[in-house]
Amino acid sequence: MPAKNFASTRYSELSEITPETAKDLRVSFTFSVGVNRGQESSPLVVDGTMYVLSPYPNILYALDLTKPGAALKWQYNPKPEAAAQGVACCDVVNRGPAYADGHLFFNTLDGNVVSVEAATGREAWKTKIGNINIGETMTMAPLVARGKVFVGNAGGEFGVRGWIQALDQQTGKVAWKAFNTGPDADVLIGPGFRPFYDSDKGPDLGTKTWPPGAWEQGGGTVWGWLSFDPELNLLYHGTGNPGPWNADQRPGDNKWTSGLFARDPDTGAARWFYQWSPHDLYDWDGINEQILLDMTWNGAPRKVLVRPERNGHVYILDRTTGEVLAAKPFHPITTTTGVDLKTGRLQYIPEKKPEMGKVMRDICPNASGAKDWSPSAYSPRTGLLYLPHANLCMDEEHLQANYIAGTPYLGSETRMKAGPGGHRGVYTAWDVAGERAAWSIKEEFPVWSGTLVTAGDVAFYGTMDGWFKAVNARTGAVVWQFKTGSGIIGQPTTYRAPDGRQHVAILSGVGGWPGVIVSADLDPRDGTGALGFLNAMRDLKEVTTKGGMLYDFALP
Amino acid sequence: MIRTALALVLAVLPAACQREERQARPSPVGGESREEVALVSLSPGSAGPVVATSGKAAQFEGNAYHLSQGKKLFVWFNCNGCHGQGGGGMGPALIDDRWIYGAAIENIVQTIREGRPNGMPSFRGRIPDDQIWELAAYVRAMSGNVPSSAAPARSDTLHPRPAENRTDPSPPVAGGLVPPGGERAQ
Ligand code: HEC
Repeated sequence: MPAKNFASTRYSELSEITPETAKDLRVSFTFSVGVNRGQESSPLVVDGTMYVLSPYPNILYALDLTKPGAALKWQYNPKPEAAAQGVACCDVVNRGPAYADGHLFFNTLDGNVVSVEAATGREAWKTKIGNINIGETMTMAPLVARGKVFVGNAGGEFGVRGWIQALDQQTGKVAWKAFNTGPDADVLIGPGFRPFYDSDKGPDLGTKTWPPGAWEQGGGTVWGWLSFDPELNLLYHGTGNPGPWNADQRPGDNKWTSGLFARDPDTGAARWFYQWSPHDLYDWDGINEQILLDMTWNGAPRKVLVRPERNGHVYILDRTTGEVLAAKPFHPITTTTGVDLKTGRLQYIPEKKPEMGKVMRDICPNASGAKDWSPSAYSPRTGLLYLPHANLCMDEEHLQANYIAGTPYLGSETRMKAGPGGHRGVYTAWDVAGERAAWSIKEEFPVWSGTLVTAGDVAFYGTMDGWFKAVNARTGAVVWQFKTGSGIIGQPTTYRAPDGRQHVAILSGVGGWPGVIVSADLDPRDGTGALGFLNAMRDLKEVTTKGGMLYDFALP
Repeated sequence: MIRTALALVLAVLPAACQREERQARPSPVGGESREEVALVSLSPGSAGPVVATSGKAAQFEGNAYHLSQGKKLFVWFNCNGCHGQGGGGMGPALIDDRWIYGAAIENIVQTIREGRPNGMPSFRGRIPDDQIWELAAYVRAMSGNVPSSAAPARSDTLHPRPAENRTDPSPPVAGGLVPPGGERAQ
């Protein structure tokens, strides 16, 4: 799986590449995925074969690592509907396949979940569960556990109603489906639901915290990361922003959006919920990764869940109950004063609420957040969480949003810009126990790539102008870097290859929300383009071009 | 005295009446306009493609009322969600000089009505014909390709770029696009 393990640590035991040896890393092979759009996916390596998934049209390739140059073994093209490209909010990306029991599982942009035989590339099953006519797409990487494939929809900018579904791993039949807005019966909230905070208790909050009927277009999508605790038998998934962006059109807490569910993976029944950003004002999807750790907190052992959140805080939750133990900012914030640990509630600054007919300036973090989907990594050796993130603020004005199915449901115009300091990206090593940044590296552009860290104390990440970097996981010193053909927004993978050596691979190909200016050739003169990201990325076209190339590196 | 004043007023009136002629309110639903405009400049023989238009283009492109209506409809029908204020996003940029499906207003009318394969929705049956023309005329205004005397002069929201009447014209360029075959994976 892209996250390495159910706990999503993205930590590898491989230790051959170290801060000392990294300088000798050389390209061992490359492979073109044939699509020049944003490459957010992660290569997967299983039994001497590497699997690489392209953005739309979501072609899956198998490369034989036992053959010289990693020969192409097979390719599978699900031929998704072209029209899906129009309803993909932020480039036509895909965040990767998952592997289990001889099969690969992935989502297509047009709402299909596919299972492909790893040995042959033959389709085992394909189930259509998303509807592009109402703006639903699928971009997330599935998680496979307990015989089920867990997947969710995207489309929070189109007024879709968010859901997560479990498909039978063998047959592709839907085992359960849980919505994240609406009546309790639809959300799979029953007697076993025990949220920690009072604000999440009571019947049918998924309808009562909305104006009548608004939950039907309320968002709360599941396009990000899932984690699973086999011992507690709990599946964790975030929920996306409420729709529309214009918050005045949806007074109330807008349950169960911009939050986190713990569910029973077998039935989907909700166990607890916590809302990162109640009545979200800024498009702060709550879908980032959750890293499951066992650590000592205030002298007692706790099972925790660490979440670097779009609203700018690193949260530490008790993952058995949903109690917030800590929430500390890692990004400049002008919109909230932090989290009240008694009520668990994020404290908004009322003066910073965007309004109709008025430009609200200097909202930090911006709509894509202090940190978007790009997953972080945790090293038990250093106790540090390696956070790829942004340093962005925005100006915003709300407008009346009109719901027309299949078109954007926003009611907002934004223009984003660099945060304090003028740099737009940061790579931070966050001391989880100490609740502070240990060190950080400033980057010109938002750090939109994922990252990983190894037992060799090296962490890898990429930049939007194309550098793939290895840093000393203890000091943050850059120990090696390589300029790839295009900007990097993908997720690195490290593995032991059939040649016996440790390799590291990354997809290069700029795109995603900040990079769509290049991948879709947008016009930088309009700052509100790409939902406001164009304003912050006007110069990206001057430093990089479209791409779609896998790079694999190893020591000589 | 009063008499001369009245005569003066009467003398001025006819002059005041000579304003641009326009239909202030387009007929609401009506039929679908049919224009014969090719998407390409290529055609067998040396003469170029056969073109037969109704003249609706001039009626809409040079008309301030229609252009401002188009600007309003561009937001009402959520075009701005996908195209921004012309810089693009989910859909392509509309203020640049490159057109996949043709820059003539007749082509744009077709784009809006039929939709386009890579995700431009078809608005047939959802938007009355004349409003499609207003939208198409406004799309032309976004890239400065209508008379600046008629183009909208202000934006109501974030002012991401100069208003349409101050936009430098980006005349369509017949080239510079990557063909769909080049973008398509095998
Ligand atoms: C759901 C998103 C979406 C909405 C809503 C939308 N468009 Fe589009 N539009 C697209 C996409 C995607 C394309 C590119 C289609 C293709 O390449 O096949 C496109 C293409 C176009 C083109 C052709 C550009 C060219 O280079 O030829 C025009 C003109 C256009 N749209 C205008 C509009 C107008 C006017 C509206 C509102 C009535 C609108 N669009 C609404 C997504 C959208």
